[in-house]
Amino acid sequence: MTVSSLSEKKIFETVSLADPDREIGSVFCCDLLSIAMGKAPADCAWVTVMSNINTLAVATLADASVVILAEGQRPDETVAAKAAEQGVNLFATPLPIFEAALKIQELL
Amino acid sequence: MSEPIVLKYKVTDGEFQHVGEASSSVKKELRALGVSPDALRRISVAMYEGEVNMVIHANGGTITVEITPQQVKMILDDVGPGIPDLEKAMQAGWSTAPDEIRNLGFGAGMGLPNMKANTDTMEIDTRVGEGTRITMTVNL
Repeated sequence: MTVSSLSEKKIFETVSLADPDREIGSVFCCDLLSIAMGKAPADCAWVTVMSNINTLAVATLADASVVILAEGQRPDETVAAKAAEQGVNLFATPLPIFEAALKIQELL
Repeated sequence: MSEPIVLKYKVTDGEFQHVGEASSSVKKELRALGVSPDALRRISVAMYEGEVNMVIHANGGTITVEITPQQVKMILDDVGPGIPDLEKAMQAGWSTAPDEIRNLGFGAGMGLPNMKANTDTMEIDTRVGEGTRITMTVNL
């Protein structure tokens, strides 16, 4: 499934769809950036509550396909703008992490 | 043998908003040179962890990246406080990062172990009160 097709399902709010054709290969949940950096699989949909600018850096370097901010976490303007600029796909949702991840998993 | 391509970056202290920019830039350069996705990821992770460490612990520093067709070498230099107990610093989960850094999602004590795990060689030359030089290589 591409990030663009996930966006079309309207499960999550699309904040940035900078690289719509990226394929989602798996789902990964983690809030500690230090752990995510080492463990996030390439092409994953990464579900987290960490909404700071460093989340984007980790997503880019670890090659995540899309970041989903769960539990109602909102990106501030800087983060939203930076996501578009850095080519990071970014969604947001009020859903808890597990439920958000499960919804993606069911579509894979 | 062809001359290596050399890239140099300055990592600035206290600029947590900008940490990762050097790693992102290197990743772009290497992708353009046709480096495989797996090697790209390993190099990016190792260098980013190094960058984060320099900002958290060492008042910034410089990173030199030397690229040959066979290997990428990253040399991270800082004039920070040095690492008093290297054995502990290499243990997963051991960290001296302050609370405000932990609140950002860092400081899990995975930096140096991640760097070692993602590179083919890693050497640490550290002197307390003088600084640290970390040299890492990834074979292509």
